[in-house]
Amino acid sequence: MVKPTCRIAVDIGGTFTDVVLWCGTRQTTLKILTTADAPERGVIDGVRQVLDEAGRSAAEVQLLIHGTTLATNALIERKGAKTALLTSQGFRDILEMGYEKRFAHYDLNATRAAPLVPRSLRFTVPERVAADGRTVTPLDEQAVRSAVDEMVQAGVQAVAVGFLHAFAHPAHEQAAGAVISDRLPDATVCLSSDVCPEMREYERFSTTCANAYVRPLMSGYLSRLQALLKGEGFECPLYLMMSSGGLTTIDQAIRYPVRLIESGPAGGAIMTAELAVGRGMNKALAFDMGGTTAKICLIDDGEPDRSPAFEVARVYRDMKGSGLPVRIPVIDMVEIGAGGGSIARLDAMKRISVGPDSAGSTPGPVAYGLGGTAPTVTDADLVLGKLNPDRFAGGRIALDADSAKGSLRQVIGEPLDLSDHWPAAGVSEIVEENMANAARVHAVERGKTVSDYTMVAFGGAAPLHAARLAEKLGMHRVVVPPGAGVGSAIGFLQAPVAFQVVRSLRLVLDGVDLEALNAMLAQMSDEVSGVVAAATDDEELLEHRQVELRYLGQGHELAIPLPAHALDPSSLNDLRASFEAVYQRVYGLIMSDSPVECVSWSVTCATRTAPAERIDPPRRQRQVQSERLRPIYDAGAGTMVEAVLFGLDELAAGDWLQGPALVEEDETATFIPSYWTAVLDDGQALVLERRPAHGRGETL
Amino acid sequence: MTPQGLPRSTIDSQVMWARLISVVEEQAQALLRTAFGSVVREAGDLSAGVYNVQGEMLAQAVTGTPGHVNTMAMAVSHFLERFPLRSMKPGDVFVTNDPWMGTGHLFDYVMVTPAFRGDQVVAFFASTCHVTDVGGRGFTADANSIYEEGVLIPHMRIRSQDVVNDELLAIIAGNSRNPIEVIGDIRSLISCNDAGIKRFDGMMLEFGLENLDSLSAHILESSTCAMQDAIRAVPDGIYATQMTLDGYETPITLKARLTVDGERAVLDYHGSSGASRYGINSPKCYTDAYSAFGLKCIVAPDVPNNAGSLACFEVQAEPGSCVDPRHPAPVTARHVIGQMLPDIVFGCLAQALPAKVPAESAGSIWVLAMSDLAASGAPRFNVMNVGLGGVGAGPGRDGLSTTAFPSGVGTIPVEVTETESPLIFHRKELLPDSGGPGTQRGGLSQIIEVGHTGSEGFAVSAATWDRLVYPARGRAGGSDGQSGAAYLGSGTRLEGKQTHRVPAGDTLVVELPGGGGFGDPKERTPEEIEADLEAGYVTAAGAEKAYRGA
Repeated sequence: MVKPTCRIAVDIGGTFTDVVLWCGTRQTTLKILTTADAPERGVIDGVRQVLDEAGRSAAEVQLLIHGTTLATNALIERKGAKTALLTSQGFRDILEMGYEKRFAHYDLNATRAAPLVPRSLRFTVPERVAADGRTVTPLDEQAVRSAVDEMVQAGVQAVAVGFLHAFAHPAHEQAAGAVISDRLPDATVCLSSDVCPEMREYERFSTTCANAYVRPLMSGYLSRLQALLKGEGFECPLYLMMSSGGLTTIDQAIRYPVRLIESGPAGGAIMTAELAVGRGMNKALAFDMGGTTAKICLIDDGEPDRSPAFEVARVYRDMKGSGLPVRIPVIDMVEIGAGGGSIARLDAMKRISVGPDSAGSTPGPVAYGLGGTAPTVTDADLVLGKLNPDRFAGGRIALDADSAKGSLRQVIGEPLDLSDHWPAAGVSEIVEENMANAARVHAVERGKTVSDYTMVAFGGAAPLHAARLAEKLGMHRVVVPPGAGVGSAIGFLQAPVAFQVVRSLRLVLDGVDLEALNAMLAQMSDEVSGVVAAATDDEELLEHRQVELRYLGQGHELAIPLPAHALDPSSLNDLRASFEAVYQRVYGLIMSDSPVECVSWSVTCATRTAPAERIDPPRRQRQVQSERLRPIYDAGAGTMVEAVLFGLDELAAGDWLQGPALVEEDETATFIPSYWTAVLDDGQALVLERRPAHGRGETL
Repeated sequence: MTPQGLPRSTIDSQVMWARLISVVEEQAQALLRTAFGSVVREAGDLSAGVYNVQGEMLAQAVTGTPGHVNTMAMAVSHFLERFPLRSMKPGDVFVTNDPWMGTGHLFDYVMVTPAFRGDQVVAFFASTCHVTDVGGRGFTADANSIYEEGVLIPHMRIRSQDVVNDELLAIIAGNSRNPIEVIGDIRSLISCNDAGIKRFDGMMLEFGLENLDSLSAHILESSTCAMQDAIRAVPDGIYATQMTLDGYETPITLKARLTVDGERAVLDYHGSSGASRYGINSPKCYTDAYSAFGLKCIVAPDVPNNAGSLACFEVQAEPGSCVDPRHPAPVTARHVIGQMLPDIVFGCLAQALPAKVPAESAGSIWVLAMSDLAASGAPRFNVMNVGLGGVGAGPGRDGLSTTAFPSGVGTIPVEVTETESPLIFHRKELLPDSGGPGTQRGGLSQIIEVGHTGSEGFAVSAATWDRLVYPARGRAGGSDGQSGAAYLGSGTRLEGKQTHRVPAGDTLVVELPGGGGFGDPKERTPEEIEADLEAGYVTAAGAEKAYRGA
């Protein structure tokens, strides 16, 4: 296949729609406001504008890649389809009962996320399959028909079907699905055995309902977008970015729209992975900090961490358990309420707390002068000298330092008896500490040591806080990529076409029926390669298999790679050995007496992406100086320092500078503390390095 | 002018406090991920914390359950009484499951590891989790003394200078029906403390700390002050109440008298029933834990739980009573009484702060400990599931349905239990009309029906089933939640507390207790009643009776 010469990526976020056009080696980028009422309009406007700017036509574009928060927002704002759930008799309320757990011990007023399907739309039918696949009660198809009649009465647009043990024994769900489609041909029907064939009924049903809930909306949007693009003269395929970091076709996206949730941040991780591979970084930590949240993702050997599940639409941000569980393949990241707009205050112990709530864009931080009165991280950054009041957001928003300082003094300074810049320093330190703690716990939960990583910082607020966060995490190197403001959309252009399926099949390693297992893996392999091959010309496909293992009796698994061919008895021995090696590394012990259990199996198929552009290690050719100075708070030094100011556009590859310094660009600025240096590499990335053993925040 | 060093140290101590909480959270996560018992890994029955060298708790993990955390708050000091600091060496780990000095019953192993800086102990890390089987009668309340309830491990080293005490592990394994799981959980406890200490060492180095003295003083003083302020906001007075529970051989009366005087609160259980002959008694440490939890939920939910905030609240009880049973009283199902104590604290506080205090909840979680009938020769199994009832309604909000309160554990998926045992659930569903009527309705409970897939029967322990006779009471004019019930599918009623046989071909049915209602049911809006009817949370007959005064 001929490599496309022109590709466009469009990332719709909550506030901005980012567009990137690659034509050959030329990159054209654009940030416009999201048109929330009809997002497809923003997409069309955006692609028109970049094409105009680059002097290209729609017909020259060979691939369009799109990521959107539409599905996420539909779940958060509860604007999906009227959805019904058909489930096993006796289990009408699994979806509502959830984990049956309070996620905040002391908060008597904490409420759980309401289920996507209310009780009046949850129907049960006689049917039951036991754990071993034996039919205890046959499916009562007449009861299914009666339930469908009631759904029709209620005006249902989408139906989820979730039966117990269907993840392994789907026959009843398939039969019920056929009856529903027969009587409700226009409705969306989603089977739990198709959307999420994994054990644990609540999480499976929750995922299936979320898929059904957003499907009519996403299918309508994507069809409209496709038609509009055709009208614009685009003949090329449209691919969708998934939360797994892979691309898929419109057809698959419409079938499993739940897999599109959080695709924007996944793009950022892909961009970081590409950058890491090109620069020979084995371990990279993607640090994406915007206006509302910060996201952190670990990338080893060019592969972002992955997770089989996450939580969407949390009632309380940062509170695990307050959202809806969704079991789909995702790039695994921790997201916390720490962004430029995060609000600072004192708690009952007079401890400074920051976020998770955000002042957003309206009223925004105090410094915007748009009516915000609560001090935010951006206000603190301004007081600490890290933001240029005349150059914020490319000069479009003038910042008022006096009112920012005043609000910080009033809310933080006076009660704590802190004056001058100290209240702002406290806010900045706490938000950095929050991010550092989240990163550390996230790494530990995955058995990794965060200080081994190189940080890649992007998003409007990240480069301001990156070096300090690195100090706290014991990291020595930070890379700020070019085009940091549209990092996620750039990632879309670098992603492979990919698809993954996961199956729950519990087997004790010592007694595996290899024939049955190999048959299942081969069938899964056919399924994923079918999906990917349909979306590509005869590109080379890569297959990756893995199994989740644990000691028999445990509840959490470790993912171990499997060879992409039929397993034999010796592969099983290898599996135990690999599992125990990882277990030893993660938890510091092994339990050689315990049997090892296989829990779930996954097969991923992906196109091979173009090799990353190789960038040589930065060479310091010319030390640059500047006459411009500004006092900036350097938390590592614990004091205000005179920082040297540069514009990023003044620097050329090989230029280096000594901190304390600030390198400004339109969408952000990079702070280089004392004891740090920065150099621009051949790929236009700013590489920050810390002299070893300097600065507070040394962690071993 | 503020001196240069001072603002920096103010910010540093705040950062270090946040760090300490994150360190113990890492510790708890490590335990959750490596634990074997399903009640730990699925339901979250565990806790983790860090202590100063005086044995005072400084921080606890967010993950965990209050009954463990607040009892563990005292556990470390008991080790210090037996093992002076200077006798401790790096690599030592101490253990006990003594109900009176640990967390209230033999099932919970408390593991304490000293953290060193050079040859000085600078802190302790402790963790605990429910270990499924430690011998004795299993999870029943049928024993008449602690000697029948299992093996008690007195305070001792389970690891000395990195050498694990294999003899002790052999004794534990030799007394367990499920040795692999028990030993696995014990190893996980040891290793999660190590994980916490590793991170803690990094923090000490980063901040250049030689000891925790000043940070510890800062945490405890700030928390004490905040808690004192919170108690001062409660009107002074003496508030008394009582509550009746089903009990085992006879109903239990709990009497409580809360004295609020300025910045101190004292709760006195004088006059409560004597200890039961069966294992539902709540050791004083467990009584203290859930009493303090109840107070904190109402007056200071945001104040962190540590020795400073806990010290503002004193609990008194008569030795030998059901809330302060003495060795060798049986205590396995201690949460039958212990988890009702927040409700009795609420009963006192409702008189002082009527607008803030919710109605009573189902309280004691119903453990469904199900196992084979040993004599039958059928496949062996032993699974612990939990049944959760409704939470009491509060001002401005309906009660949560099928949610543990005050316990922090959750449910275990049906598919998990069915995969691990030959049991099959026929029903697990909300129970209409079970929530106490009120302006705000109590949380609904659930009905669970379980049978055996084969041609055998099974045994079930009703040790922790309460509120079958005495329901969760409403508050401020709200009505009581529905009482719990248990019966065989064939109709025979089952009583709480004993161990029952479910014959082959029959099923076990439990209806959990609902939460109490808050405020006069007549004040509930027609829209809310209509919504409850549409969802089927309330039946037409139920609504007629509860809300329309029929």
